[in-house]
Amino acid sequence: MGAVMGTFSSLQTKQRRPSKDKIEDELEMTMVCHRPEGLEQLEAQTNFTKRELQVLYRGFKNECPSGVVNEDTFKQIYAQFFPHGDASMYAHYLFNAFDTTQTGSVKFEDFVTALSILLRGTVHEKLRWTFNLYDINKDGYINKEEMMDIVKAIYDMMGKYTYPVLKEDTPRQHVDVFFQKMDKNKDGIVTLDEFLESCQEDDNIMRSLQLFQNVM
Amino acid sequence: MAAGLATWLPFARAAAVGWLPLAQQPLPPAPGVKASRGDEVLVVNVSGRRFETWKNTLDRYPDTLLGSSEKEFFYDADSGEYFFDRDPDMFRHVLNFYRTGRLHCPRQECIQAFDEELAFYGLVPELVGDCCLEEYRDRKKENAERLAEDEEAEQTGDGPALPAGSSLRQRLWRAFENPHTSTAALVFYYVTGFFIAVSVIANVVETIPCRSSARRSSREQPCGERFPQAFFCMDTACVLIFTGEYLLRLFAAPSRCRFLRSVMSLIDVVAILPYYIGLLVPKNDDVSGAFVTLRVFRVFRIFKFSRHSQGLRILGYTLKSCASELGFLLFSLTMAIIIFATVMFYAEKGTNKTNFTSIPAAFWYTIVTMTTLGYGDMVPSTIAGKIFGSICSLSGVLVIALPVPVIVSNFSRIYHQNQRADKRRAQQKVRLARIRLAKSGTTNAFLQYKQNGGLEDSGSGEEQAVCVRNRSAFEQQHHHLLHCLEKTTCYEFTDELTFSEALGAVSLGGRTSRSTSVSSQPTGPGSLLSSCCPRRAKRRAIRLANSTASVSRGSMQELDMLAGLHRSPAPQSRSSLNAKPHDSLDLNCDSRDFVAAIISIPTPPANTPDESQPSSPGGGGRASSTLRNSSLGTPCLFPETVKISSL
Repeated sequence: MGAVMGTFSSLQTKQRRPSKDKIEDELEMTMVCHRPEGLEQLEAQTNFTKRELQVLYRGFKNECPSGVVNEDTFKQIYAQFFPHGDASMYAHYLFNAFDTTQTGSVKFEDFVTALSILLRGTVHEKLRWTFNLYDINKDGYINKEEMMDIVKAIYDMMGKYTYPVLKEDTPRQHVDVFFQKMDKNKDGIVTLDEFLESCQEDDNIMRSLQLFQNVM
Repeated sequence: MAAGLATWLPFARAAAVGWLPLAQQPLPPAPGVKASRGDEVLVVNVSGRRFETWKNTLDRYPDTLLGSSEKEFFYDADSGEYFFDRDPDMFRHVLNFYRTGRLHCPRQECIQAFDEELAFYGLVPELVGDCCLEEYRDRKKENAERLAEDEEAEQTGDGPALPAGSSLRQRLWRAFENPHTSTAALVFYYVTGFFIAVSVIANVVETIPCRSSARRSSREQPCGERFPQAFFCMDTACVLIFTGEYLLRLFAAPSRCRFLRSVMSLIDVVAILPYYIGLLVPKNDDVSGAFVTLRVFRVFRIFKFSRHSQGLRILGYTLKSCASELGFLLFSLTMAIIIFATVMFYAEKGTNKTNFTSIPAAFWYTIVTMTTLGYGDMVPSTIAGKIFGSICSLSGVLVIALPVPVIVSNFSRIYHQNQRADKRRAQQKVRLARIRLAKSGTTNAFLQYKQNGGLEDSGSGEEQAVCVRNRSAFEQQHHHLLHCLEKTTCYEFTDELTFSEALGAVSLGGRTSRSTSVSSQPTGPGSLLSSCCPRRAKRRAIRLANSTASVSRGSMQELDMLAGLHRSPAPQSRSSLNAKPHDSLDLNCDSRDFVAAIISIPTPPANTPDESQPSSPGGGGRASSTLRNSSLGTPCLFPETVKISSL
């Protein structure tokens, strides 16, 4: 009878032990914290004023108390802005563009540097950043597959319910149009110089680049 | 993470720079948001207690009272603060929600009061954080149950009304399942109960020995053999009632296979089968032994009472769910019995005239001793036997007493858990549906904004609708962002209704797809500026392309045209409600006859209730506008409508 009771009790304790360890592990992970460099340094490095940096940091810190944004959070944020469709792929490419050091997490400095380029940078800098976004494998060239991925990600954000109804080859057509315009020497890839040249020729793009200036 | 969207909006807008080189149309100009200081401090005075917070904090959740322009109603210009005449203690939790993104439930407050505060500030109860959610739900459920009990005590408690025009089968089934619905059902319920009782009592009384008063014979007969006809008649009557009931249930059951496999129907069958078998079997002495055994199954009629008793059903269910614990008890008992029986047998082997003839014979002694019954029909006589016998009885107490509390606690745990799990599952569905509903509010905000003519290029503020003007800065920028995405891809966001209609048009004729591809492809490297752009031009192109070819096609074509045109009258007519310039009305007149015919088209089946609800202002507006136009129609409309409906 003692054996019976012994086996019974040991079964129960075996179940309880693993769950305790898991909780402790989780607590440890959230303690990792990151603090950004000083305010003056950031002000010197970017085109924002002190007050703007303050507002940005307060918002950032509130959403990410640990000081870093990881890719899942990025995707969640973007999904809330584009509830119609699936923004996860575009958010993934954006995240890679923000995460210049490829560490897997975006710190406040990376965040502010990218925002500074996009909102307050010169035309040249903005276009270079966009080229970097399109160049998924960061080899310095944009080929058709990379462009297809990007365009498909953008169309995914539109979602299912569009007018007119989205057709299967619309992304491909869009990419073809883009390459027609950008690829000067028709070699199937777009280099940075071709990209910059083509964009500067297009008045539309030049005008639109000024659009997001007053976001702050 | 409840993201404060307003904080991340600059980031999302900046990232839209990545769309720029791909855009085939010019992107719309940015909204002229008045540059407000982002970090001004607001003072919120709640019944005298002052709370101060940044404006940014409150702007994080724009669909609540404090985050939207609704708080302007509470602004006191004299003191420069927002005054709310509400509970300040509860407000602390509300404000913390804005600050941290998690809504906590106060432990010492009444849950009803908390709910009311949440409703006032525009917070959905589903926002309660996970840490407090369990407790919140439990307390709310308790409250609701208590209130429901009071209500039930007042009413007589009628069941849900059946839809009119339900078949006899459905009514019959409902009468069986819920006897309180009609008097006839109640009568039937009590009659069957009575007959079950009669049948069981008859079975019992049948075996009582009746003293025959007439003859003084020593042989006493059981009543069953003395009055065989009476008992047979009673049995027949009961079985007839039970058979009738079973057949009626079988007829009324919505799923007959499932009914046949259910426990209650099996019990019914077992209860009435012996009688029929008895009828069929001839009065043969060989078989009558087996026949008598069959009569034992008549006792199963008592289980028919479980339809009448909720408690019995619950007991049966909990026994079933505790099967593993019962199995464990049985196993440990069996082990103990075998061990002790073996020991006792070998201990008593030497004695002659012993009862312990074999180990299985010793089982009986072991069981009786371990359960502390001690009949005394088998007792050990050797000293060794007595020693082992006493060890047996002591350990019997332990073996049986120890698993029993485990089983009892398992019973109560499983019982309560099952009840809670069912309720939680039902609530989870509702909870998810509500969150989806709240989310779809933002989705449809943009669509409504478009329908309100917000995307028209008119710059003058007077002509724009009031509702378009009064959007918050955040909404303006968010809508501008979505508009940019539309322009980048040359596609527009729509709701499910128009999408499925357009889809129907595509599948019917394929004309709309061809025409859109004609209009959307740029004709050369320099024409990127013009191309797919203005909505009206595109739709006119479709209309022209369709109408030229429609002469040859006939009524199928008209359906395409109508579906393709459906979008164009709607925004104009809706914006005409908002005092737009008169040119829009001309378009209305052109498309009047087509719009009216849309009413007779069967609606596409892809309409979920979730989607249709939030878009109902848009959808309802559209329907009302179409109806309005039809009332203006000339008599020549009707031949067209008749033609369409004959499809």
